[in-house]
Amino acid sequence: MPDLFEWLCRMGDNTLVLGHRVSEWCGHAPVLEEDIALANTALDLIGQTQMWLGLAAEVQGEGRSADDLAFRRDAWDFRNCLLVELPNRDFGHTLMRQFLFDSWHKLMLTGLCESQDDRIAAIAMKSLKEVSYHQERSADTVIGLGDGTAESHDRMQAALDRLWPYMGELFQPDAVDDRMTRQGIAPDLAALRSGFDAIIADTIQEATLVLTDSRFAHRGGRDGSRHTEHLGHMLAVMQVLPRSYPDARW
Amino acid sequence: MTATIQQMWEWLGQVPDPEIPVISLVDLGVIRSVDQVGGEWVVTISPTYTGCPATRVIEMDIQTALSARGVAVKIRRQIAPPWTTDWMTDSGKAKLEAYGIAPPQPSGGPQRCPHCASTDVEKISQFGSTPCKAQWRCRDCLEPFDYFKCI
Ligand SMILES: [Zn+2]
Repeated sequence: MPDLFEWLCRMGDNTLVLGHRVSEWCGHAPVLEEDIALANTALDLIGQTQMWLGLAAEVQGEGRSADDLAFRRDAWDFRNCLLVELPNRDFGHTLMRQFLFDSWHKLMLTGLCESQDDRIAAIAMKSLKEVSYHQERSADTVIGLGDGTAESHDRMQAALDRLWPYMGELFQPDAVDDRMTRQGIAPDLAALRSGFDAIIADTIQEATLVLTDSRFAHRGGRDGSRHTEHLGHMLAVMQVLPRSYPDARW
Repeated sequence: MTATIQQMWEWLGQVPDPEIPVISLVDLGVIRSVDQVGGEWVVTISPTYTGCPATRVIEMDIQTALSARGVAVKIRRQIAPPWTTDWMTDSGKAKLEAYGIAPPQPSGGPQRCPHCASTDVEKISQFGSTPCKAQWRCRDCLEPFDYFKCI
């Protein structure tokens, strides 16, 4: 796959898969305000997906649309990081995943605002406004629940322990990322790490949680080589309508 | 009969926002430009939030309103520079407040309760009934209200 297409799928598949996961909460959140917040976050992420995958389809030049890429690819074609495809589990787990992703996402988009590719810089500038809101809310919630009751604290600590090994993948550039960085299209992923660690350390401390020292990292989502078994199940649900009624319009 | 640019803006100023119908699309600041390109009218709009379902309705409402005036238009979406609440008109902000929605403030929170004008207000949630709004509450009159987020 050409680099730019591959890289745009990484951005668009992250927002698509997380957007779908978060949308699974619609009508199920613990309180009305949180239900609305989750639905709005999902909506923003799906909106961003339309821009990333829309541009991916354009640069691919095979007459496909963002919808074609979202609904007519299989798990092995997806380029999202493993973190976003993990199941929601409980509310605290969902918000911890959101906080970890938002914190990376905000730094990444900030870097992309300086992209040499004007189309990418435009999408990043538009998305960054929304993602700043997401990050503010998810950080507040992680603090509220971490420094909350004994029950909520334990659940947040368990979520952090479970999810932390999935963060490393987002900071390990491969050959595609390296070429994007050399062309001035995208920031160096490894260079985002120190800013990320600082944000995480502050919030986690305020949430009275403990971060493990381990840097062990699960990987294989961003190049599609080793997605978890969860992605296929999620796609089966997400894609069933357009796959059952191809080219249906409404 | 051919329309003038001035007429086009006037007509667009009469198209209500689909979600907050007390303000027009011009008040909302989503109409970037109106141009005549090779005999064809082009209206350029800036979407508010990327996933906002109202964007498509806004496009349809523009087409419908102008075709009722006998004008066919092409709509172009422009995302850069990104839409900001700074582009909302002052009259639009006043109409929002009269309607019960606190208008956006650079400080990031409402200046006062749109019902009783008290400044003793608190945030309930950063997210509200539409992507552009947050939920706040007045500690004096105890009423909840929408705040139009400043972005
Ligand atoms: Zn009041």
